[in-house]
Amino acid sequence: MVSGQELIGLDDVATLFQVVVREDALAGGVTLTYRGRTVVASADQPMASVNGRVVTLPSPVVRSGRRFLVPVEFLPRALGPIFDQRIELRRPQRLLLVGDVRVPRVTARIDSQGPPTHATVDITPATTVALAAEAGRVLIRIDADALDLALPAAGGGLIDLFRPGDQQNTVAIMVSAAAAMPRVAQTTADGATHVSIDVPAAATAAPPPTETTAGPRPSPPPETSLTIPRSGFQIVVIDPGHGGGDRGAKGAAGLEEKTFTLDIARRLRALLETRMGVRVVLTRDDDRDVPLDARAAIANSSKADLFLSLHANASLATALAGAEVYHLQLDREGEAVRRQAEADAVTLPVLGGGTRRLDVIRWDLAQARHVNESARLASLLAEELGKQVSMSPRGVQQAPLRVLEGADTPAALIEMFYVSNAGQEKAAGTEEFKGGMATALYNAVARFRGFSEDQNSR
Amino acid sequence: MTSKRGLQIGVLLVTLGLLAWGVTIGLERLAGPVADTSVAPAAPAQPTAHITATLFYAAADGQGLLPMRREVALAEGIVAQGRQILVAQLAPPPDGQRSAIPPGTQLRAFYVTDKGDAFIDLSREVVTAHPGGSLNELLTVYAIVNAVTANLPAVQRVQLLIDGKEVDTIAGHVDVRRPLVRDSTLVREQ
Repeated sequence: MVSGQELIGLDDVATLFQVVVREDALAGGVTLTYRGRTVVASADQPMASVNGRVVTLPSPVVRSGRRFLVPVEFLPRALGPIFDQRIELRRPQRLLLVGDVRVPRVTARIDSQGPPTHATVDITPATTVALAAEAGRVLIRIDADALDLALPAAGGGLIDLFRPGDQQNTVAIMVSAAAAMPRVAQTTADGATHVSIDVPAAATAAPPPTETTAGPRPSPPPETSLTIPRSGFQIVVIDPGHGGGDRGAKGAAGLEEKTFTLDIARRLRALLETRMGVRVVLTRDDDRDVPLDARAAIANSSKADLFLSLHANASLATALAGAEVYHLQLDREGEAVRRQAEADAVTLPVLGGGTRRLDVIRWDLAQARHVNESARLASLLAEELGKQVSMSPRGVQQAPLRVLEGADTPAALIEMFYVSNAGQEKAAGTEEFKGGMATALYNAVARFRGFSEDQNSR
Repeated sequence: MTSKRGLQIGVLLVTLGLLAWGVTIGLERLAGPVADTSVAPAAPAQPTAHITATLFYAAADGQGLLPMRREVALAEGIVAQGRQILVAQLAPPPDGQRSAIPPGTQLRAFYVTDKGDAFIDLSREVVTAHPGGSLNELLTVYAIVNAVTANLPAVQRVQLLIDGKEVDTIAGHVDVRRPLVRDSTLVREQ
């Protein structure tokens, strides 16, 4: 630091940017050359000549022994124009950006404490963002390589905290337990994307948050993708079968289906959130009864892109072992509903011109229009499960399964193993089996996402 | 008054006659596919009379239903005959076979609508004693549905009730809110 200016040695610049630095003793200055383009700077002059054009610098070039020191602004102002890649300096963050990295600046503020609490998050320059509002938090996913965050130290009103998300391109806004579901909207103006967040007070008791919101999660593993999922594939709903008074199938040694399904659901959630960066909702995150209709309703209200119901199987034949995947079998009534849905679609005019197609379908048979995708999902699941665990002789089956019928998204039910088989019941308690099961399910979801995005991009 | 009462009795007699005729015809149709035709309408009251019905048990490997020809007491009318078939299906299985229906399950009621929808009301043991599992549940449901539809051609669909009420499922998987049709995909070759 010299008189409030940060200086950088030109020898360091030469190493960093692969430029040739030559002292011009006669002129008392220095020449930088990069691919035939030159910058000439003179000692004690607050300026430099870049390809014959003069740019100003906030402080003079300083000679210190054999070294030349220049203010850091020299990099974007003088070196930037002759360099191949963009050089950007963000002083307050002490950030020097070289090349075409996308690191938008993210600022946030509380506009009014409320309730309702209103807050704004600005992303500059304007960037594609994906918003996810859920009980307890709002997640903003920004299409960028990293974020230049300037978040307020504290929240206000019903907003507890602004904090960096679990990934390098996400910001999480933690909402008070006394708040209702936050509402989010985004606009683009003045070259920036503005996300407005409204947090109303809960009318009655606040719904319990569906995810653990306390504290940041461990940093993601290195294979984490930093890019936003290209399509709308962003939300996966996992349904741990049974729960509460409904224990499901029970093994001779005491293993209960309801406990095992929740264990695997949590493992799969961790994999999906950290590796794929999708939002995961569990239909239950503890030991309680959830009616079958409510499970499908959670998938629908979460706008799930995928619904997986996890179960453990039982048979009178204790020798029977292996995993099975089920997708919905439509009876005649279901088939009629599927055909009717196609005929009943209505086209409505929308604000600003144009039209929007709305499908009308009976809520309790919403799965009818996803049967083909669900069949594809089931075969991917069976393939991936087969690589990790043993499969039953009936690997993929169709049945009129209640929990799948109301799901308005591709859906499958997985019977992970036979709890009635003593060998499988024992193996199911091992880390190897549970890890393999979660990995197989994760891999199948990843492949289905690719399939789903291909379909949507056509 | 007397003539009016006489008319009423007359109408009643005609109705009973028609009913008897209908039952006879129905029983003939019912007995049609059964090999032994000698038990048909002639002897409706004899306790020793039987029909041969197809009942369904869990296959040894647990992955399907095994059809078995078994003797079931002959009864008068489709509803009474349906009851006999279901009682036999719910009874403990013959030696060497396993029932897909939880032990202790009782038939509470059975009736058939004009449209050919049968309603089977089972006691709650079918739920409380069920061992669970999707495939197991499919076997339970379709052992019952197939036993009725395979032996009573007039029945097209079967609605299951538990303790007189409609339920979502028996063990948490298979939808039984709506009437079910016969499913042969789970049935093994004899």
